[in-house]
Amino acid sequence: MPTLWGYSISAARSIDYDKNDQSFLRRLAHSCPSSKLCIGCGGCTAACSAGNLTEFNIRQLQMLVKRGETRETAEQLHKCMLCGKCLLVCPRGVDTRKMILSMKRFLREHDQ
Amino acid sequence: MYYDPFVLPFTIGLTALLLFLAVKYIRWIRTFRKSERRKIRKGMFSLKTFRAAGEVFSECLLHRKIYRTNPFLGYMHTCFGLGWFLLIVAGKTESMVYHTSAFNPPYFAIFFRFFHPAKETFPYSETFAFITDLLLLFILSGLFLALAKRFWSRIVGMRKTTKHRPLDLLILTSLWLIFPLRFLAESFTSGLRGGGSFLTNNAGEFFAEFLPLDHLTYPAWWAYSGMLGLFFVLLPFSRYMHIPTEIVYIFLKNWGIRQGTKFNAFSKIQMYACSRCGICIDSCQLNSSLQMDVQPVYFLKKIRHGKEYESLIENCLMCGRCEASCPVGLTHNALRLSKRPDLSRITKNTYSYAKNAAMPAPAKVAYFAGCMGQLTPTVTRSMERILEQAGVSCTYIDKEGGVCCGRPMLLAGNREEAAVMAEKNRAILKASGAEVLVTSCPICLKMFREEYGLQIRIVHHTEYIDELMREGKLKTVPGEQRTVFHNPCELGRGCGVYKAPENILKHVSRKIDTDFDGKKSLCCGGSLANTSIDGRQRNRIAGDAAKAYAAYQPDVLVTACPLCKKTFATASAVPVKDIAEVVAECCRP
Repeated sequence: MPTLWGYSISAARSIDYDKNDQSFLRRLAHSCPSSKLCIGCGGCTAACSAGNLTEFNIRQLQMLVKRGETRETAEQLHKCMLCGKCLLVCPRGVDTRKMILSMKRFLREHDQ
Repeated sequence: MYYDPFVLPFTIGLTALLLFLAVKYIRWIRTFRKSERRKIRKGMFSLKTFRAAGEVFSECLLHRKIYRTNPFLGYMHTCFGLGWFLLIVAGKTESMVYHTSAFNPPYFAIFFRFFHPAKETFPYSETFAFITDLLLLFILSGLFLALAKRFWSRIVGMRKTTKHRPLDLLILTSLWLIFPLRFLAESFTSGLRGGGSFLTNNAGEFFAEFLPLDHLTYPAWWAYSGMLGLFFVLLPFSRYMHIPTEIVYIFLKNWGIRQGTKFNAFSKIQMYACSRCGICIDSCQLNSSLQMDVQPVYFLKKIRHGKEYESLIENCLMCGRCEASCPVGLTHNALRLSKRPDLSRITKNTYSYAKNAAMPAPAKVAYFAGCMGQLTPTVTRSMERILEQAGVSCTYIDKEGGVCCGRPMLLAGNREEAAVMAEKNRAILKASGAEVLVTSCPICLKMFREEYGLQIRIVHHTEYIDELMREGKLKTVPGEQRTVFHNPCELGRGCGVYKAPENILKHVSRKIDTDFDGKKSLCCGGSLANTSIDGRQRNRIAGDAAKAYAAYQPDVLVTACPLCKKTFATASAVPVKDIAEVVAECCRP
């Protein structure tokens, strides 16, 4: 969509906080507050054991949650091996493993 | 027939207790799996039973392990355990010699001084009186220490003790009153009509001078019996349930029963066997660095009394320091893990991407750096150098990225997903045809050893380097660096590897012995088992641990785990190296 300043917004990357389903995001922020510290640097993704073998991207997971795309999140989430490398490289101190586990728990409850 | 109504509280209390315990234990054991019950039946008539009996003597009566924490604390427990036991044995023997029959009612031995007319002697009557007095004094001395501990716990080497419930304090009081009341009852009786020995006889004469003993003696026996009865009746509902349950636990353990993946009846037996001594509190770094009350004593207490314990499930480093210090020998890590839910969601796609991992070239020795190893290239490079120097042809199976061993997933509770990862790694290992698997990461080591069921040798790089050095394949020059060794939790307490790193460091450096050698090593705080604490809290633990090691003024803090190395890197003022790096620096062709 064209804007006044000549930039455009990619629909796939936009987060519409007014329309998105934010229940997942809010829960995640509650159970893993440090998840809010993410600046999307992608260090986690660069270090990721799973990401080394397949298309898996923790930064993208954050995005999916913010966009309220629960089903897509679930599909991506199960690729994580929880090895914890992301935890060690994160410059912001996001508890990435806790974040993933919280997501898993949420999705489990969501399914039931 | 010797009988008096005052024996009723004791007799009723004891009978109720024994019935309760029998029902409870039988009901628990009946829920055991068939294979486990078979183990019990097989173990019962084997040497294992004797070994268990020996352990019951040394742990439930002598309390040998508590002496390691503090001699005073050990003595205090020996007084109560062994003292009370011997008092019962001596009393029973005395009553049998007197009565010339093994079948007298239990209360007769306990209240022997009441029933036995002091003037009437029987073989060794004076010796028996002396022995029982001596034992009573022994117990009273322990009681004195216990009182001192209540007010000043440091006297017995404990910085922090357990917070107790009111009911526990009530039963504690009843336990404490039992022996002074016995002392009073026996002394009063002795003062009134003689008998007893150096303790009760002299005390009796002393009391007789200013107390109306003929009015006090009978009530004193009632009070003694009543206090015993009260103790027996309260026992199942208090922490003292550990006394009988620890015995059951020791037998079951020796017969081969282990804590499984679920919190089951055996877990309950472990839970009730916890004496709430609180020794785990001081050993736990979540207490010493973060002042958190999350130790096994609180965890098990909360489960037992139906309190909120969910927040404690995740809040454990599983470093195993509590297990190493637990006088009862409970398997706290397995207990905590059994409460972590398995959220695995297995489909045919689960980790199917593992097929993208590069297949290793075949070799006799396989090297697995592990995920964390990949993050510490200095370690893997050092290992490559060492293996090359020693002329070992080795295949580096996860050089281009591999599948995680699965232990971090397992520690989070998701066993099924961890099992899928194990399956993928097994296939990769099989393709390499390796006979020895060397890993740099103790987390992987424990996983490979315990969960993979591999038929090949699995060693940590410390063990392998030690072997290469012993066999003369790897030649090193002695180093001048002063080193302190931080034994990673999963390597030392987790896999029992203590000697290999010690040998290596003594060869390639000047290793300083510390209080944290062997089983007492600290946790770096980086443990993946704890998903509750945040980065700052991890750093605090790491900082405190690093400071404790730095007090020995080493040139290098040496560890043998890439995760420990990473965790200490930001927290330690002393440079941190992996043992492989230290060896690689000292290699000579």
